[in-house]
Amino acid sequence: MAGLTGRMSTVVKAKVSKLLDRAEDPAETLDYSYQKQVEQLQNVKKGIADVVTAKKRLQMQESSLQQSVVKLDTQARQAVSAGQEDLARAALERKNVAQTELQGLDGQVTELEQQQQKLTDSEQKLRAKIEAFRTKKEVIKAQYSAAEAQVRISEAATGVGEQMADVGLAMQRAVDKTENMKARADAVSELEAAGTFDDITALGPGEDDIDRQLKQLSNQPQIDNELAKLKGEIGAGDAPAPSPQIPAQSQAPAPGAPAPDGAEAPGGDGQA
Amino acid sequence: MIVRISGEDQYLLPDEDAQRLKELEGAVVSVVDGGREDGFGDAYRAVLDYVRSHGTPIGDDELQSSDVILPPADLTFEEAGREFTGEGLIPD
Repeated sequence: MAGLTGRMSTVVKAKVSKLLDRAEDPAETLDYSYQKQVEQLQNVKKGIADVVTAKKRLQMQESSLQQSVVKLDTQARQAVSAGQEDLARAALERKNVAQTELQGLDGQVTELEQQQQKLTDSEQKLRAKIEAFRTKKEVIKAQYSAAEAQVRISEAATGVGEQMADVGLAMQRAVDKTENMKARADAVSELEAAGTFDDITALGPGEDDIDRQLKQLSNQPQIDNELAKLKGEIGAGDAPAPSPQIPAQSQAPAPGAPAPDGAEAPGGDGQA
Repeated sequence: MIVRISGEDQYLLPDEDAQRLKELEGAVVSVVDGGREDGFGDAYRAVLDYVRSHGTPIGDDELQSSDVILPPADLTFEEAGREFTGEGLIPD
């Protein structure tokens, strides 16, 4: 069978026969195989631990980003109430970036959970096969002549070897996925370190630079919409203390136009 | 005939099923060769479903090698392409 199955089967068989070629003496082959199997099982456990570590890191980032989203949302509202539209916009831009990263992380955590589950299943299967091999090898040693033992050992060891190769593949795939995610986690860390999700009331001297970058990162029409929505909500609900910068007319939607996307005051206070 | 789905189980299939399996696999190969990414998922799923539904899973405590090894179910179109061009899923 060429194509899809051919190559896969060939490579696995080559790997397995490499494992079996080591020893001439059947008894030695048995013990060597078993030792290899136990080592592989340890590797799988370590692989699972690595996936769990990567997942925990992403989850910690998730919860920190969630806090940022809540905080920035509150600040945007406060800024709108105080009539400070620029500040509200800055907070919303940050919130937008944080939300986008959050969605990305969410997908990755799910993906890692699946990988973890797969590896755990693989580990159980491999453990069962190794256990079966251990029992079988004692029987073979005790009952068969050297020549016959050789044949039976090959059969049994090939069966386990194939499982080992398969688990190895599952681990490789998990590691590759984790590597990709590390890159993303690092990117989020960099954004955090640059103060991207910081409290906007505590902006330091670097704020201009960060804000410039944020404007590029965040989806501008969405920010406009969100700002208009906030202004609508806050304007409609509790009328805030007299706001010095935003004229009252920009708070409610114009009576004539439905303006569902709320683009009623694109320039903010420009028209005052 | 023993068929392994990588990352899952080994299945025992009647030898008569080999022909049908070959046909289903051929469909995947032609989808990949033709660069038709949108048809890949269904075509490959058909192979796996056939094995799962026609085969009997082999117990975890049985030590047998497979006659055929299928790549994992989450194989991507890209990976399938590499399978055919020689750079397989498992590095040598």
